[in-house]
Amino acid sequence: MNINRRGFFKVMGAAGATAMTPAAGARAWESAAPPDAFGCLVDLTRCIGCRKCEEACNRVNGLPAPEISFDDPTVLDTRRRPHEKSYTVVNRYFPGTLDTHDQLVPTFVKLQCMHCQDPACASACIVGALTKKENGSVYYDVGKCIGCRYCMVACPFEIPAYEYHDPVTPRVMKCTFCFERISKENGLPGCAQICPVEAITFGRRDTVMALAKQRLKDNPGKYVNHIYGEKEVGGTSWIYISSEPFEDLGFPSLPDRPTPKLAETIQHGLFSYLWSPILLFGVLGGIMRRNEKKNVHGKDKEARHDA
Amino acid sequence: MTHNPRPVNKKFWTPGVYVMLAFMAAGAVAVIARFTGGIGYVSNLSTARPWGLWVGVDVATGVALAAGGFTTAALAHIFGRHAYEPVTRPALLTAVLGYTFVVLGLMVDIGRSWAIWKPMFNWNPNSVLFEVAMCVMFYLNVLYIEFLPIVAEQFKNSVRLPGTLALLNRPLEFLLQFADRLLDKFMWIFIIAGVVLSCMHQSSLGSLMLIAPTKIHPLWYTPILPLLFLTSAFSVGYPMVVFETTLATTSMGLADEMEILTPLIRITIFTLGTYMALKLGDMMVRGTWVYLLDGTYQTNAFLIEIILGVIVPWCMLLSLRVRQSRSLLFTACSLIVGGVALNRINVFIVAYSPPVSHSNYFPAPGEFLVTAGLIATLMFIYRFVVTFLPVLSGSREVSV
Repeated sequence: MNINRRGFFKVMGAAGATAMTPAAGARAWESAAPPDAFGCLVDLTRCIGCRKCEEACNRVNGLPAPEISFDDPTVLDTRRRPHEKSYTVVNRYFPGTLDTHDQLVPTFVKLQCMHCQDPACASACIVGALTKKENGSVYYDVGKCIGCRYCMVACPFEIPAYEYHDPVTPRVMKCTFCFERISKENGLPGCAQICPVEAITFGRRDTVMALAKQRLKDNPGKYVNHIYGEKEVGGTSWIYISSEPFEDLGFPSLPDRPTPKLAETIQHGLFSYLWSPILLFGVLGGIMRRNEKKNVHGKDKEARHDA
Repeated sequence: MTHNPRPVNKKFWTPGVYVMLAFMAAGAVAVIARFTGGIGYVSNLSTARPWGLWVGVDVATGVALAAGGFTTAALAHIFGRHAYEPVTRPALLTAVLGYTFVVLGLMVDIGRSWAIWKPMFNWNPNSVLFEVAMCVMFYLNVLYIEFLPIVAEQFKNSVRLPGTLALLNRPLEFLLQFADRLLDKFMWIFIIAGVVLSCMHQSSLGSLMLIAPTKIHPLWYTPILPLLFLTSAFSVGYPMVVFETTLATTSMGLADEMEILTPLIRITIFTLGTYMALKLGDMMVRGTWVYLLDGTYQTNAFLIEIILGVIVPWCMLLSLRVRQSRSLLFTACSLIVGGVALNRINVFIVAYSPPVSHSNYFPAPGEFLVTAGLIATLMFIYRFVVTFLPVLSGSREVSV
């Protein structure tokens, strides 16, 4: 194999031209959160654990009937996670507060996809099957999915579930934020619409955020001073307020930094316009050419001096 | 130095080959179960633990241990150290097979195996996995192209198909000759591309886990994870060549090639030393050494990885006596290979602990069977190929 001069410069010229295409190069990482996203405020002080939201979610999304009826309160005796047959679950916690009869006061926590402002799953997805939509939902397009489950690795809330028992066409299963319903005028997610105590408030994320702050301000001492999801992993579309500390209610403590930031910064820094591979190709090509020439002129000093 | 690779003229059906066949059969059963009952039927994977043995071993470790291919190609063909050409062919074969099996392993692991082509048309440039997949795809093609001359060398001027297939003799002969001549002219492009693609995806495999900062143990979670993956891939390349050359020459009764391996491994002192310095330095800078003696299985796995897999073999390689002794060199290189393999397993499996559900994971028997079956098939094909194609240096074959 020999590397001839013309061939080398032809290839490098073409590669160089590709790299020079008008470009700002690697820019600082910026959030791609939609400006006008919807959100939901969950007020845990209001939730009574009736599980109507679970039932409504099951119905509007056409999910399979549950093994135990939605009316059966014993379900709350075990902690559950959302799974491939239910996008949302309500868990009961006893963080330690007592009522006037010295009974532990329960706090109920509804879990579902948080619909992050800068979702790690969407950044990770190899084919872009998961995307953050303008209306705020993190949308899953099964038509693109190959089933690599990198979204599940990436999700800091451990939300996406998988149809592990489907051998050929398994899907990633998670809350859709009722994408179709909220895309319509005055549409509400199934859970927010049914909630009998208005524990779930649906609206523009800015609006529900302001509402959360208002409630904290209007009721001094009632809530802990923390809106979960305001800053966590760069912010989520679903936000929570509570009278109990979130770490006692199973919420993970997460950094404010958007999860995809580090990996995306490294990727784009190294591979924008493929500058580093092209540079490396050029350098290696140069070295190879020089060594070929040396060989031709018979000046090759072999690796004999080693060892 | 005369470098004269030849097919190995030895008996193919040995007891070892039958053992491989047994593992292949068991693996096949598990694969059938996977494609009838689903991933959940044969594995312990879950919502919280979506990646397990198949990604950690079949994919991540497979890619790392195939690094002998691009590191020897770079040395012999780009840096012009032609003395090392005898080891490029077996290393290339290992890489061809390694990457083929990475893809086969992925086919088992991904839920929609039939959709594996979709990343070609649905690009997500934000996704580290997308870049890895593209590089692996291109690199696999480059590897096959690099291997083609070996096939051509064996069969050109001797295409003799039996019976009616004889009609194809002339066209096949022409194709081989044509490919051989054409490739000879352009092979440099593929050789450099192979090295570039390898550097890209070897490092990016490390970037994969950067998306999960809250799940990966701090001993392994560092922004320089891609650099550590790249330098460890450089480090494991030549030890892997020593490892497999020693195994192959022993099991097939060939000359031991020590006159090439001894100088070759000197380079590893530098690459492994760099990896060691980066890894220890990173631990100091981030202050993660505070975890070292907390006695958890994660920390212990880290200690084994860094002491037995990096520090001990590096110190061994410093000694000329070790580099010249076949058994000591094999020991040191096995430790390095094991250390890098353990590093990949640690990063993808051991270091991973989901903080919300605290879900534990240990591979199911079905997962082990698939992985063992894939490795056995790889070894079987290696054996088959070196028996019938000019891969190993047969010129100094010793009789046994």
